[in-house]
Amino acid sequence: MSRLTNALRLASAELTRNWSRTALTSLGILIGVAAVIAMVGIGQGATASVAEDVAAMGSNLLMVEAGASRGPQSRSTARPFTAADLDRIRREVAHLSAVSPQVSASATAAYGGITYDTTVTGSDSGYLLARGWSLDAGRAFTEGEERSGAAVCLVGATVRTEVFGGSDPVGAQLRLGKTSCTVVGLLQTKGENTMGMDQDDLVLAPVGFVQRRLVGSTDISSIVISVDSEDHIDLALAGLELTLRDLRHVRSDDTVDYTIRDTREMVAHMSGITTVLTGFLSAVAGVSLLVGGIGIMNIMLVSVTERTREIGIRMSIGALEEDVMLQFLTEAMVLGAVGGAAGAVLGVALTGVGASLLDVPFVVEPAVVVGSVAFSALMGVGFGYLPARRAARLEPIDALRS
Amino acid sequence: MSLLSLRDVTRVYGLGGAQVNALDGIALDVELGAFVSLMGPSGSGKSTALNVLGCLDVPTDGSYRFRGIEVTTLDRRARARLRRAWIGFVFQGFNLLDRSSALENVELPLVYRGIAPAERRRRAREALDLVGLADRGGHLPNQLSGGQQQRVAIARALVTEPSLLLADEPTGNLDTARSHDVMQLLSRLHRERGQTIVMVTHEPEMAAYTDRIVHFRDGRVERDERVPPREVPCPA
Repeated sequence: MSRLTNALRLASAELTRNWSRTALTSLGILIGVAAVIAMVGIGQGATASVAEDVAAMGSNLLMVEAGASRGPQSRSTARPFTAADLDRIRREVAHLSAVSPQVSASATAAYGGITYDTTVTGSDSGYLLARGWSLDAGRAFTEGEERSGAAVCLVGATVRTEVFGGSDPVGAQLRLGKTSCTVVGLLQTKGENTMGMDQDDLVLAPVGFVQRRLVGSTDISSIVISVDSEDHIDLALAGLELTLRDLRHVRSDDTVDYTIRDTREMVAHMSGITTVLTGFLSAVAGVSLLVGGIGIMNIMLVSVTERTREIGIRMSIGALEEDVMLQFLTEAMVLGAVGGAAGAVLGVALTGVGASLLDVPFVVEPAVVVGSVAFSALMGVGFGYLPARRAARLEPIDALRS
Repeated sequence: MSLLSLRDVTRVYGLGGAQVNALDGIALDVELGAFVSLMGPSGSGKSTALNVLGCLDVPTDGSYRFRGIEVTTLDRRARARLRRAWIGFVFQGFNLLDRSSALENVELPLVYRGIAPAERRRRAREALDLVGLADRGGHLPNQLSGGQQQRVAIARALVTEPSLLLADEPTGNLDTARSHDVMQLLSRLHRERGQTIVMVTHEPEMAAYTDRIVHFRDGRVERDERVPPREVPCPA
């Protein structure tokens, strides 16, 4: 043990004596480690952000849309759904806690001389449950209001800010295009999702109101469904498929004219993208770490050449091969660890900056930080091995002559 | 019994036509407690002989026994251990570590022998005291004169209490007065402590301090001369 402490003492003396060289040699590792930590950290932040988004959509959510899927964002046009379709789904499919219509229309909201273009979504109070939304003020729609399609609405935080200047909108009469509704509640703030979409920029009204006053038809473009437990999602999906095929007279897989998306699929899709990106960027960062290791090897080789005479002296007064080996390996290890530790600090700082720029959660895994410092020390040992062996294999008699 | 014994030792450098017989059939015995100088012109093989004695170099052929151990059959590692255990070196160029103080230089051999720090320090101070530099422990080599540096180097060689002290032209880099200082020190160590010393020199004046002078020429021992006991010059 005293051998190791001695080697550490020697290494730190040597490295502080030549501190500018030490700093420059460690720089490669520093940049590499900082890059890896920042990439992994930001990647994990993005993944966490996706997970948050999906959770914000509501748990165990299924979305049914008219038209066959042609990739993540596009669908073929097809016959929309009707209120009767929803009733049948409610009756036939088990394990559903909410089945709500979703009809959207663009409208200009106006109040007190201020106008603002927003989206009006028509649905029912089950929609709040399915999406996991709650109210900051006021109340949800009553059953009567839903049935009759009364002129009442809930507003999102953005609409409140833009149209009502931040004051309490409950009770106000909000104009929506050519019609108007009474604001009965304020939706809880949800912020932007990972795609940068403002989830608070909406007005929610009973579906009948939106159909009659804004869309002018009884079509329902999509259905939002909440499954009562995660365990029943597959069961509910199967039941839903059966009912929908019957409803829409689908006879073969080729003529399916609806799309069911579930949150798990969305998570998988979105986290797939972030995982691939994180992996790719981390690999690039890893290359810079490798280059840093080669830098250590280079400088250690130079150092061995410069200190050949010192090695000869040490060997002639009793240092064994392993003493010399240990001395140079320790030096390389300390070089790596110093670069790694500084890189970890920089990496965590970069993660913080990156997270706030990209508006993703600041995630730092202690294991990643500790691991990369340990890995850098290991890199030092790995890349220091060749120079150290070269030093240890010197013949003292030749080394003294240099 | 001899402390060391060379028999028919040859050392050949180079390959093929460019071969040089640095040693060409040497026989040499050194008793415990001897004070021997190896003399000869450059290229006569005296330094190669010293390197072989110090286990720094291996004979191409022949036998070298040190304390009864056949050194020629030992591997590199075993030779290093043997060197570490029994042999101290003093070089012409002092070979101190420039960035370490005199005391740290003297301590260094003990570090490699795994001696505890307090014990190390004590023995290093004793050795410095022995060479008359007790008050210079904190100085760096470049703050010391050449003679003082060589005395630090001698203290470093002695701190491990080696059976054999080898000195390769220990006065080669010193002026006459300093050379005599160093020779008087070696002579005193031999006389008072019975230290076995083998030294290489080309100065007859310095060889005169020793008991026995082995003359080398062309890789062979030309003459082995006993120096008659004489008055040791008193230190000024």
